[in-house]
This record gives sequence, C-alpha cells and structure tokens, in this order.
Amino acid sequence: MTALSLAFTKDLFASVMLTGIYSLLSAGFFVLMDAVDVAFTEAAVGAGISTILMLTTLTMTGRFENRKLHHPKIALSVVIVTGIMLVMGTVDMPAFGSPSAPAQTHVAPYYIQQSAQDIDIPNIVTSVLASYRGFDTFGEVVVVFTAVIGVLALLEFARVERADSEKPVPMLQHKILRIVSKILIPPIMLFALYVQFHGEYSPGGGFQAGVIFASSIILYAMLFGIEQTRKAVSVPVVKVLSALGVLIYGSVGIASMLNGGTYLNYSVLAENDVTGQHIGIIVIELGVGITVATAMILIFLTFARRIGKTEEETA
Amino acid sequence: MNFLEQYNYWIVILLMMSGFYIVIAHGNLVKKLMGLTIFQTSVFILYISISKVIGGTAPILDDQYEVYTNPLPHVLILTAIVVGVATTALGLALAVRIKEAYGTVEEDVIQEKDLQQEGSTE
Repeated sequence: MTALSLAFTKDLFASVMLTGIYSLLSAGFFVLMDAVDVAFTEAAVGAGISTILMLTTLTMTGRFENRKLHHPKIALSVVIVTGIMLVMGTVDMPAFGSPSAPAQTHVAPYYIQQSAQDIDIPNIVTSVLASYRGFDTFGEVVVVFTAVIGVLALLEFARVERADSEKPVPMLQHKILRIVSKILIPPIMLFALYVQFHGEYSPGGGFQAGVIFASSIILYAMLFGIEQTRKAVSVPVVKVLSALGVLIYGSVGIASMLNGGTYLNYSVLAENDVTGQHIGIIVIELGVGITVATAMILIFLTFARRIGKTEEETA
Repeated sequence: MNFLEQYNYWIVILLMMSGFYIVIAHGNLVKKLMGLTIFQTSVFILYISISKVIGGTAPILDDQYEVYTNPLPHVLILTAIVVGVATTALGLALAVRIKEAYGTVEEDVIQEKDLQQEGSTE
C-alpha cells in the first residue's frame, strides 16, 4: 500500500507524490462505496490542492529529512498494540454493507424518504448538507474562513516589504505547457460553475466547485508566476470575497428569521415551502463556493509569495 | 456472524496505524503533517464504509432505484475534507514559520536550540 511506502521514504518530495497517489486511490474507494460527492471532493482536494501546498512548503523547508527516527521500536510497538486493540474492538461492529446496521436505521431513512417531498431535489447529499444540516455546514465554512485568517496572520502580515526584484518565471520556457493550460483554464472555470449550479441534480456543490475554481487560478499562478497572478486577481478583493461568502450564508439564516421562521429554515423564504428550500440552498451553496474558492486561492498565493522571502532570510 | 465481513475496519486500522506511526516516529514536522493526513483519510474511509449498503446506489433520487446508500456520512466527510485541507494549510504555515525562526523543521534540532537558549539566558 502507498501509505506503507510513505512511512519509509526519506525523500520528502517522493512522499508528497505518494500522498497525491494515495488520495486519488481513496477517491476510487469512495466511488466504489457509492459516495460520489465525497470522491469528487477528495480527488480535487487531496490529489490537487494539498499536494501543491505540501510541495510549496517543501521548497521552503528543504527536501530531505533527518535519517534518525525517534525510538522506532517503541513507536512501532505502540502502533501495533493500538492496532490490535482496535481490531479487537471491531468484533462487535456490524458487517460491511449490512442494511440493518445502527447507522442505517437512525435518521438516514428519514432523509432518503422525506427529502423528495420536503426539498424536491434529487441529490440527497446536497439537501442534507444545505438544509437539514445547514448549521453544521455553516460551522465548517466558518472553520475554513478561520484557517485562512490564521494562515494570513502567520505568513502574510509578518513579512517585511522588499523592493520588487523581477524574478524569472520558472515555467516560462515550457511553451507547450503554457499554451495547453491557456486553453484549459477557461473550461475548468466553466466546469466549476456548472458543478456549483448543478449540485442539486448531480454530484457537486459549493465545496467542490470552490476547489475546482481555485485550482484553475493556481494553475495559472504556477505557469505565469505569482506576481502576474496578483495583477490578474486582486488580493484585497479576494479577501473581501472570502468574508462575503460567510456573510451570504449567515444572512440567509437571518433572512429566514425575519420571515418568521427559525435560523436557516428556508421554507419561509417563499410562498411555497419547496421553492423556499430551493432558493435557500442555491444561495448558501453560492456562499460556500465563494468562501472555499477564495480561501484556497489566498492560501496558495500566501504560501507561494513566501518562497522568495525564506530563501533570502536563510541565505 | 462471519469474521471476514468486517474487512473494511481492518483496512481502516492498517491505514490509521501507518499514519500514527509516521506521526510519532518521524522528527520532520512536514512529514508528521503527512502522517496526520493519512490518519485523517483513514477516518474518512471508515465513515464512508459505514454508510455503504450492499446493493444500494449513490444517494441521488431516481425512479429506477429503491435502495440508497446512507447520505449523512457523505455530508460529514465532504465538509471534513475541505476543512482538513484548510487546517493542514495552517499547520504547514506554522512549519514555515518555525523554519524561519530556527532554520530547521527537525524536532530534535529545535529542542536542542531551545535548550541552548535557556542555558545562555540563565
């Protein structure tokens, strides 16, 4: 398994590539287990964004790790003992795929049977995400937003402004890459918008769309350089947008309260309950999409900007 | 009840433990974060494998199908993946700052430098 080889490579570059492969494989697992939405997200996030972030960090922290392990024998025995205990714990667990398992008999049947009447959109994952569990999703969006603030606080504000020295753009000499990606970037953005607005009928939604949209910008940044991207995409605007996404989500909740419902109860937003749900879901998915896309772009740009600086400081 | 029917948990445990091993045995902070990512993904697989129903199909309503896989874990994990990458980015940002402050991301070297500093101030 990829995970095992990961544990034993010293070359961090190779391990990053292995994590990418591992993510793609687990996306495959998810499809096999019918979780198409999750697979979609994992493929976009795990194999794309997080691999790029790890690589960016490696350019700053060095490629090779120290040979020495901390008490590898103790560590290994701790791991094996924990593993055995966990395996013993599984004896009482329901069998794989059993329809009578507790997880299948609690609220899930309600979602599967009622969501057609209550919300009337085919993708149950979207209706649970945006409507039944709207509070959780709001929390997650806030967490993403907070993480961005953290990254910015750690890497962006602490830096010292330096004179803009024109660095050669690393990928400029690869003509084929540049032309192919110039053709690819607009369709990727278009696909992101499709995923965003078609999330009610097919796998997809704000989270996936945001990540896909961000990856098109990141592709542009990798090929044409960070400064060029900063000219094309105004960073202050991106920052405001990421807050705006959270604001949109939150205000939908307030709007439903003003209409006499409870927080994030979309049924009161229109004359008809179902129409109200549709409006609510589309608007909050938009908020989610905006926040996630801008969050990923901001994180990447902040990391990439840092590269030159770390080299100067350590030199 | 057949013992082999629980193979999904065993795969999860194997993955989880390899992630755990990386976290405790490796000194490099970036490598530790990779271990955490593996650990995290194993939890994702655990949730998704619990949601699977034999003979079910993806939870998108259609007249042709009767049995659907449980959508709730999908929702939880879907958001967890995106949150996961955001928090990993935060961790990597910390690693970058540590590299700038100490010139290394190896745990034992950082510890030595801390001890030296304490010694010099006393």
